[in-house]
Amino acid sequence: MPADACAPPLLDVSGATVRFGGIHALTNADFCIPDGSVTALIGPNGAGKTTMLNAITGMVSINEGTIHLDGQDIAGLPPHKRAAAGVVRTFQNLEVFTSMTVLENVMTGRHAATHYPILASLLRTPAFRRAERQCREIALDCLEFVGLADAHKTPAGDLPYGRQRLLEMARALAAAPKLLLLDEPAAGLNSKETAQLGDLILAIRDKRRVTVGLVEHDMDLIMRVSDHITVLNFGHPLASGTPDQIQANPDVIKAYLGEEE
Amino acid sequence: MKRPLAGQNAIRALLFLVALLVAPLALPNEYYLSIAILGCLNAVIAVGLNLLLGYAGQISLGHAAFYGIGAYATALCTTRLGLPIPAGMVIGVALAAAVAWIVAVPTLKLKGHYLAMATLGFGIIVSIVFNEAVDITGGPSGYVGIPRLALLGHEFDTDRGYYNVVAVVLAAVVLLALNLMKSRTGRALRALHVSEKAAQSLGIDIAAHKRFVFVLSAALAGLAGVLYAHYLGFIAPASFGFSFSIQLVVMVILGGMASVWGSVAGALFLTALPEALRDFENIDILVYGAILVATILFLPDGLAGGCTRLFRKFRRTEASHAR
Amino acid sequence: MLSGAPQYLVSGLTQGAAYGLIGLGFTMIFNTTGIINFAQGEFVMLGGMLAVWFLGAGLPLLLAVLAACLVTAVAGALMERLAIRPLAGAPAINAVIITIGVSILLRGGAMLAFGKDTVALPAFSGVTPILTLGAAIQPQSLWVLAVTLALLAGLRLFFAATIQGKAMLACACQQKAASLVGISVARMALLSFGISGLIGAVAGAILAPITMTSFDVGTMLGVKGFAACILGGLGNPFGAAAGGLVLGVLESFGAGYVASGYKDAFAFIVLLLLLFVKPSGLFGKAGVERV
Repeated sequence: MPADACAPPLLDVSGATVRFGGIHALTNADFCIPDGSVTALIGPNGAGKTTMLNAITGMVSINEGTIHLDGQDIAGLPPHKRAAAGVVRTFQNLEVFTSMTVLENVMTGRHAATHYPILASLLRTPAFRRAERQCREIALDCLEFVGLADAHKTPAGDLPYGRQRLLEMARALAAAPKLLLLDEPAAGLNSKETAQLGDLILAIRDKRRVTVGLVEHDMDLIMRVSDHITVLNFGHPLASGTPDQIQANPDVIKAYLGEEE
Repeated sequence: MKRPLAGQNAIRALLFLVALLVAPLALPNEYYLSIAILGCLNAVIAVGLNLLLGYAGQISLGHAAFYGIGAYATALCTTRLGLPIPAGMVIGVALAAAVAWIVAVPTLKLKGHYLAMATLGFGIIVSIVFNEAVDITGGPSGYVGIPRLALLGHEFDTDRGYYNVVAVVLAAVVLLALNLMKSRTGRALRALHVSEKAAQSLGIDIAAHKRFVFVLSAALAGLAGVLYAHYLGFIAPASFGFSFSIQLVVMVILGGMASVWGSVAGALFLTALPEALRDFENIDILVYGAILVATILFLPDGLAGGCTRLFRKFRRTEASHAR
Repeated sequence: MLSGAPQYLVSGLTQGAAYGLIGLGFTMIFNTTGIINFAQGEFVMLGGMLAVWFLGAGLPLLLAVLAACLVTAVAGALMERLAIRPLAGAPAINAVIITIGVSILLRGGAMLAFGKDTVALPAFSGVTPILTLGAAIQPQSLWVLAVTLALLAGLRLFFAATIQGKAMLACACQQKAASLVGISVARMALLSFGISGLIGAVAGAILAPITMTSFDVGTMLGVKGFAACILGGLGNPFGAAAGGLVLGVLESFGAGYVASGYKDAFAFIVLLLLLFVKPSGLFGKAGVERV
């Protein structure tokens, strides 16, 4: 893969190998996401896309290789330290905190960025109150951005499916990440909702200045929003480039674009 | 819309304290005060256990052990070791917390029924030690001679005086729990209960939070234990066994998981219940079991959940009438 | 020093066989429904207590035992129908708690019905010990081992040769698929609780002549049976039996050589160590719920 296609890289995965027993989910995989872009990771089922996401967020350990985020080596960090390092994700099967309200969900997104000692919360010190107020304001702002501000008091489990997806994105945005990873965000959405999702992704890139990484099967969405696409096949990158380049690449077409919806 | 974050919980806790302090005036005689004292102590443990079970979703079937560790520790410190009572109490709470810390590390890696069994096993082991280490604990016949609570020279030798102390402690514990739950830590605990994956992805250290709430709930049980020891003056292993661990779980579940007030209500109710059933002596175990089964089947949110639902229904009918 | 060894071995195997049966009961229900039945120990208690009661009511010994086992089997089935079935779809913790609730109910009911006394069931074929290899073996011990083996053989046959048995195994592997091919998962759950009740009661009845019984033996026996289960690998019925034997022998030797007062603690220490270090047990596959 040409190095300049990815300059400057916000995320740089190099030579990642992930083995589960005898299965090689990723084999010597390079993957990079240019800063300020929307980059899609596509490939047939079983290609290793989810494993790559899990490796970047620390839910799976890589057996070999390196992962650098904004120059920092994050491969050794446990999953809960990766948010502070700058990468947050959403989930293919919604993982919304159904026991809390919409606002509380997004305030939880600020966990890594809010700091006060527990004693402060017990005694309700001014520092605590200031921090909570700020947390609340940022959370409301994120909800406003995705279009959920009117529902902020609703129990999260009561939202319709499409709005729960938006909630997850607002929650992730609240963490003020450098890199936002979206795991099949269009799954289960109708075409109108998918179009709105596409607008939102572009707005995240342009207005919030957050780099977006995207695992998706919906080709129309991918072609519309992506600046850069990497194709995985059998745990290894097959091709990488702009949407036009990928669409024209015969190896990619052979691998799976032809069978796609 | 600016809602003051401050004060709401403090006001509620204060009102609660006033209610507690006034309540004994309604009791016919001093005997009921001792029930009230025990009820408040149970409520302290229940609030702590609720943080663990209701908010964080981690089950403990051995919490009576921490109650016992607090009680025995202060008993030994203030008699055998001759330490002043405040020191004994601090050591009691600290020891319960320390044991919890040690147990938490391997135990909280488990989930579901494995966690339940591990806490059950731990509780039974501690209970056996209380019974068998006769030289230290006095064995099954118990440990006597524990001095009555005395602070700053004042000895709380009346039940009324002791009740006041315990009421203040309970109100403080309730306030602590309410404040904790409406904070970053509270959100983290509720988050990890629903989805550990998502909580981790947002920066929440699952293991550390589980350990924290486990140790906190153990410390609260230890606190109740030291107050219990210095009240009765006598403690026996039978009070700190599996049976009581289960009663504690029933209190939390009946009250409604993830509700601090619910746990208090559940504890007070279930402490008073055996007294009401005193005439039907052998029925109380049966009633406990029946309450537990009925609650899970018909009222899984407990009393607190039932009240909330009633309240919402009431609001909705009001709103529809207003239209 | 080792003079007591043969005796400890015999009593350990006897007790262990009973633990194995109790563990088997856990395994049955877990395999079919995924639930750990905290009331399993109470089935054991009921076996012994009901046998004593039926005996007192005039039935000959073996009929009393049989009746006790059948009644407990029905109790198990009732438990499934009334307490477990309504919970389908609720969070797992509810099932844990409701089985605890039922165990309390059963214990309380037994206390009301039978009183708090410790009672003994007469041994099935007398008490003249058989002296051999340095140990005095009670005939009842032989009954325990024989019945355990017979039950194990019977269960093996049940799972391998009957349609219901195979259906239960199917539920254990994949509930959805099982129901898709027409297996009534609900009926299998009912059956599993009934069989576990039966096995538990058998364990209680054959053990009662040796260890005596009362309304509150259920808790300890239940937890020890669970320890046997885990020791052998949760989900593996023959592992449960083997785990029980190992546990019984460990307990027996521990009580004999170390300290008899702490005898009960052994099972739990073993349980805790297993859960912390190797939850998959001696024969189980790794992959237990861990963070």
